[in-house]
Amino acid sequence: MELRKEYVGELAALMRENDKIIVLDADLAGAGGTKPLYAEFPDRCIEVGIAEANMACIAAGLAASGYIPFIHTFVPFVARRALDQIAVSVCYSEQNVRMIAFDPGVHTGSNGGTHMSFEDIATIRAFCNIAVLDIVDGVQLRKALPYIVQHKGPMYIRVVRKQTDVLFGEDYKFEFGKADKLRDGKDITIVASGTMLFDAVRAADKLIQEGKTVDLLGIHTVKPLDEQAILQSARKTKRVLTVENHSIHGGLYGAVTELLSANEPTLCDAVAVRDKLTQVGSVNDLKRDYGLTEQDVYDRAMRLIERK
Amino acid sequence: MDVASFSKEIRRNTLRCLHSQGSGHVGGSLSIVDVLAVLYSKHMHVDPADPKKDDRDKLVLSKGHAGPALYATLAIKGFFPVEWLDTLNKLGTRLPSHVNINLTPGVDMTAGSLGQGLSCACGLAVADRLKGIDRYVYVITGDGELQEGQNWEGAMFAAHKKLDHIVVIVDSNKLQIDGATKDVMNVEDICGKFEAFGFDAQRVNGHDFDALDKAIVKAKSARNGKPQCIVMDTVKGKGVSFYEAMGAGVHSTTVTDEQYAAAMEELK
Repeated sequence: MELRKEYVGELAALMRENDKIIVLDADLAGAGGTKPLYAEFPDRCIEVGIAEANMACIAAGLAASGYIPFIHTFVPFVARRALDQIAVSVCYSEQNVRMIAFDPGVHTGSNGGTHMSFEDIATIRAFCNIAVLDIVDGVQLRKALPYIVQHKGPMYIRVVRKQTDVLFGEDYKFEFGKADKLRDGKDITIVASGTMLFDAVRAADKLIQEGKTVDLLGIHTVKPLDEQAILQSARKTKRVLTVENHSIHGGLYGAVTELLSANEPTLCDAVAVRDKLTQVGSVNDLKRDYGLTEQDVYDRAMRLIERK
Repeated sequence: MDVASFSKEIRRNTLRCLHSQGSGHVGGSLSIVDVLAVLYSKHMHVDPADPKKDDRDKLVLSKGHAGPALYATLAIKGFFPVEWLDTLNKLGTRLPSHVNINLTPGVDMTAGSLGQGLSCACGLAVADRLKGIDRYVYVITGDGELQEGQNWEGAMFAAHKKLDHIVVIVDSNKLQIDGATKDVMNVEDICGKFEAFGFDAQRVNGHDFDALDKAIVKAKSARNGKPQCIVMDTVKGKGVSFYEAMGAGVHSTTVTDEQYAAAMEELK
């Protein structure tokens, strides 16, 4: 199922229970999938038009009045267009705003170039007290939503709108700030966030078939990072590969290496976008061009394992 | 205390606050003192003993750098001890020069990065409607601040959603950091612009208590589905002759011991 459908289904259920939840859109209610909510909750769904900075501040005002506003738009229109509003009216002002940022990185596909952002985790993560989530599949999104509603403080959630593979079963439990331990091994640690977790799982399984063992950590909460899990794994494997649909500057690789360099200096590498301009293309072609495929994960992991 | 005396007390305490730091946003603080005096003596439904009272009127000081004038007003009203005024911008203070909702009793929204206040006020106003709370949300912006495009996003939203309990008060002191607003980037016709966006707009002398009071009464009583705008013609640095004469430089300037003494003499 498309993630936007899972998202809206779960959000509607939560809105029925909690009358503080407000939905805001900036002319992308159709694209983001929130449109059906407008019929059921006409007072609590607010269309602001093509004005994302305005939307972020309206949300801050609603949050200051005790509401839990969810703002929705594509990644760059919140994490770039409304960045100062997020900095001042949301983060500095300590307002409970949730930012649902659709189609991170390569998932912009044919809207890429202008609509594509590989720097959102880096910029948003640098603000004080904001939580940053990078979602892998619809199950994780659905299971995370009740927590997202309850969380105290601003939260940024990057999520694909359309269909992804499914990694987790219905028994999945979302624990904010905790890594999902997906494979256990000692030759290398692979830390992957968002949809790159699919590629990381496949690459890890290929390595395992070839006789290597892999510690695989799925990271939905990029901030605050599960420091214990990463340090523990790095101490064991001595090699860490991060995997993300984001620039190598300041994203998951940044977060993990900030942690390790001070606490457990470890040989690291990244599957990430290496300072390359955004562009249009199919998601698969973009992944190949940016070096974000399962094969890239496998190759870089092997290189790390083989390094003395 | 009558409005004129209240206004003089606010001016004196605004300068006390700025003098504690030795400098600051003198001009734009002094230009809004008279409207603060009218608002807080005749209109703002607030309770200093319960600053978060549910049905209070709210004020968003979008030109957040004029914090010292609001702090002086709130201190005199009893929201916090007047001694706090001497802590402006000192590490750990409850009074940062740009207003912060979490630090100061009586401050209803954080502001400082210009152009965000009206949008935040729209959020407050929508929340009021959802909760069924009948109050007014006042927004004080600068005239130069209207150069920020986000104001017009907020204005469009306020009119579209018929938020007629929002009253935008524009402090038209006609100066900004780089010079006269008409030369830097002309924002006139301000009333015409707000009217074009669907507001009712009035223009008044921002230092005439009666005119301000009448304008606010008119704005409050409209309740015609249109958000309200009051453009105040003001003088940057109002009330102290040498600050009034300073021109654009008064935006951020010194309050030395000598200047403070001379100003207090004028504001006796």
